[in-house]
Amino acid sequence: MSRPDAALADALAAGTPIPRDADGPVFAEPWQAQAFALVVALQNKGVLTAQEWAEALGAEIREAVAAGGCRDGSDYYERWCEALEHLLIAKGLASHEGVDALAASWERAAEATPHGRPILLENDPQRVS
Amino acid sequence: MSGHDHQHHHDHDNHFTPIEARVKALETLLVAKGYVDPAALDAIVETYETKVGPRNGALVVAKAWTDPAFAERLRQDGTAAVAELGYGGRGGEHIVAVFNTPDEHNLIVCTLCSCYPWPVLGLPPVWYKSPPYRSRAVIDPRGVLADFGVTLPADQRIRVWDSTAETRFLVIPQRPAGTEGWDEERLAGIVTRDSMIGVGLPEVGAAT
Repeated sequence: MSRPDAALADALAAGTPIPRDADGPVFAEPWQAQAFALVVALQNKGVLTAQEWAEALGAEIREAVAAGGCRDGSDYYERWCEALEHLLIAKGLASHEGVDALAASWERAAEATPHGRPILLENDPQRVS
Repeated sequence: MSGHDHQHHHDHDNHFTPIEARVKALETLLVAKGYVDPAALDAIVETYETKVGPRNGALVVAKAWTDPAFAERLRQDGTAAVAELGYGGRGGEHIVAVFNTPDEHNLIVCTLCSCYPWPVLGLPPVWYKSPPYRSRAVIDPRGVLADFGVTLPADQRIRVWDSTAETRFLVIPQRPAGTEGWDEERLAGIVTRDSMIGVGLPEVGAAT
């Protein structure tokens, strides 16, 4: 696996204030890196184009700024996640209800998992399928 | 060497925040549909795993080496001492610093990626989350260290610390010989992430 190059990171963040240092993106919490990696992987697979992503993220951030948020970059990756979700929905690859249900399932799975075991979706006591 | 009151809750201490659950949900969905390969995700995250604050931990160690009063505060209350340097936040609420000595070497393990002092160490490396590391660190710590190329004196005990959701450990390695007179910044340069997990040792030649 080659290192996602700086040009890709730039493309990902076109016109948006991605938190970064001289070497590339930086993350305040692990989930942010996971969310970042998802978008890089989707672009590597050709599921999203850099242009589509830049527009989706840009729109999300403009909306947040207009509503008074996202000014200091601290909620950058929240907007990132919303942009990803909305783009997947627009492409017919996900539904809002589907993501809601899966997220709720993960939360229940985490609560039901004893320490010392990996958190698995199967651990959700209410899981049906 | 440790007068701390360690809490080990092994039930129901796992938790995802809503945003963490949402990212997991998106990942699950995309993996299930074949749009994303989990191994490719790991590889991308691995590229950036040193990009979440690992320098913070190195600076904590360097300060502990040069400032005995700070080292003592760190020993007494890791969370407060680390907060003095401006580090903390979610995932680092209860940081316990465990000091290596000639008699005792400390090694950190946890079975969950969430149990890792990421405000000071950054993202957990992929191997830290792997089942072989998680099980072998407890059963055969000396063998695990050998895999990392670390051989300790036979009479140096190895103490394995199992992280919990409440308590995250940070290994304070021994200051290597040959670093007399170095300032904090130069010292921090030889403190690797692995040495703060306990699977590596700072090396004087390692400075870049």
